[in-house]
Amino acid sequence: MNFIWRWFFRLFCLAVFIYLIFPILVIIPMSFSSASFLTFPPPGYSLRWYEQFLNDQDWLDAAKNSISIAVVTTILATTLGVLASMGLVRGNFRGKAILTAFIVSPMVAPLIIAAAGMYFIYSKLSMVETFMGMVLAHTVLATPFVVVTISATLQSFDRSLENAAASLGANPVTTFFKVTLPIITPGIVSGALFAFVTSFDEVVIALFISGIEYRTLPVKMFEGIRFEINPTITVVATFLIVLSTGFLALMEYLRRRGEAMRGVKS
Amino acid sequence: MNYSSPDRSALVQFQNVTKTYDGEHIVIKGLDLEISKGEFLTLLGPSGSGKSTCLMMLAGFGTPTSGDILLNGKSIKNIPPYKRNFGMVFQNYALFPHMTIQENVAFPLLMRKMSKAKAMKKAEESLDMVQLQQFIKRKPAQLSGGQQQRVAVARALVFDPELVLMDEPLGALDKQLRETMQMEIKHIHENLGITIIYVTHDQSEALTMSDRVAVFSDGIIQQIDNPEVLYEAPINSFVASFIGENNHMNGVVIALEGKHCQVKLEDGTNIDAIPINVQSIGDPTTLSIRPERVLLNPEPNQCANAVKAKVLEQIYLGDHNRFRIRLGQNEEFMIKLPNNDAIARIREGDDITVGWQAEHCRALDRI
Repeated sequence: MNFIWRWFFRLFCLAVFIYLIFPILVIIPMSFSSASFLTFPPPGYSLRWYEQFLNDQDWLDAAKNSISIAVVTTILATTLGVLASMGLVRGNFRGKAILTAFIVSPMVAPLIIAAAGMYFIYSKLSMVETFMGMVLAHTVLATPFVVVTISATLQSFDRSLENAAASLGANPVTTFFKVTLPIITPGIVSGALFAFVTSFDEVVIALFISGIEYRTLPVKMFEGIRFEINPTITVVATFLIVLSTGFLALMEYLRRRGEAMRGVKS
Repeated sequence: MNYSSPDRSALVQFQNVTKTYDGEHIVIKGLDLEISKGEFLTLLGPSGSGKSTCLMMLAGFGTPTSGDILLNGKSIKNIPPYKRNFGMVFQNYALFPHMTIQENVAFPLLMRKMSKAKAMKKAEESLDMVQLQQFIKRKPAQLSGGQQQRVAVARALVFDPELVLMDEPLGALDKQLRETMQMEIKHIHENLGITIIYVTHDQSEALTMSDRVAVFSDGIIQQIDNPEVLYEAPINSFVASFIGENNHMNGVVIALEGKHCQVKLEDGTNIDAIPINVQSIGDPTTLSIRPERVLLNPEPNQCANAVKAKVLEQIYLGDHNRFRIRLGQNEEFMIKLPNNDAIARIREGDDITVGWQAEHCRALDRI
């Protein structure tokens, strides 16, 4: 009986793996295909689609847009997120729960509705098809991830460390930069990575707001799939997979380092 | 301790300090306290008695609702903690986890604008003194609890603070290590001549280390004195039962004259005692007697009180024996006797006579 359950369990895990991970992994060999259309398994291997990507100004522009929008979004969302988390975790005021719910609401609101609403408002403000419009829209989406990550870090932060710093002669500003900030940095960095990925992978709002000039990679891919089934998309997809996996690994590394620093055994 | 005659050598003075967090529940009620330079003062009390609140206000992590706190005669009520120049040791050590222990100890020196090289050198020397020289490049998490506590003490002392505050610093250590650290802290106090205010709920720790102990309960100091007086002459039932072990017997005062009184217990026995907290005949009282002051089968006329009792339980502890006896209606009466041949022959169920001197039996407020 036990034996059957164990095999059932393994089979189930395998099924999950195949359905979730396999469709993503299949992209990678396809990007090295020599065929001029999407096919699996590839008839032969080459780097022609990588060459194509690197020589196509349209794709490179989209990549440049994606990266610069994501970088500025990350800076904005992380700064706002740190300040908001400090206030939400440390503060003691009426309506704190409601404010928290309000700040994290973009995480649960249906994206298409947010996108339509933003398009409507931004067009009144002439911010559609602008760099700042894209950045602000993505900041709204990314900030909740930063707030959630950093709040968790702050909640486990031992306030007596700040009292200790004060008793040793450090004023509040010095205490923040010498004690609080270094200790919560792993949390801030993972929040920032979340913000970057949120902006970098976002497609719905970008479809509405980016326009031609600030078209991002996901928008370009989306259009590519709809209008011209071109293996270059698999190249971009491979880049995105590698990037996301790298970020995930970095976050895990930071989490472990943070724990090791606090003396928690992982 | 009343603030009626200001002492010129007082380092710290609490003047009628009251503290409430919510406006209803009062944590500290009109506290007057003077702390002299070089003193080792312990604030002792159960949790919620106000002792930690008192320390935190002195450290600057809380302001009195009313009253004032003076340092060298000047109010420090509005001085932020980082300008007070007090060393502080916390219960959980509060070492900075991202710094090496050398950087931890150098931190207060760097805050005082000492050059980095000089600060690191001085930190190394001070870690030398607590035998941690081989660990200076380690992070706090790589040290044991006792080593971390030594770092915390070194960090609190390295900048020659005017006053050192310790908030249950040994609470997280095991018994043996705690006793070693008690001696270390006591020796540091003696060698450096610094003023230490120490908070604990452990009465034996308070008695071991302190020059004076302030016993807190319900937001007021019940008694403040040196350990010997606190143990031998508690002024009320709370102090008597909080410091050391005590037997309690309830009764009513039937005679009172000068330094003697007679108390009739609930079972009718009359006991001679000294009146501490009773005013007149007819007052209800609780008599208090230490287990080690009770004599077994005293000679006639050897002591004022002699009472029949029955042995209920014997506990062998090597150097001494403890007996739980029934005395009147009290079945929890404990006595403590040194181990010898006569004592070794006593068995559970034996009828015995116990006695004690009137001056060891204190008539206190009724519990």
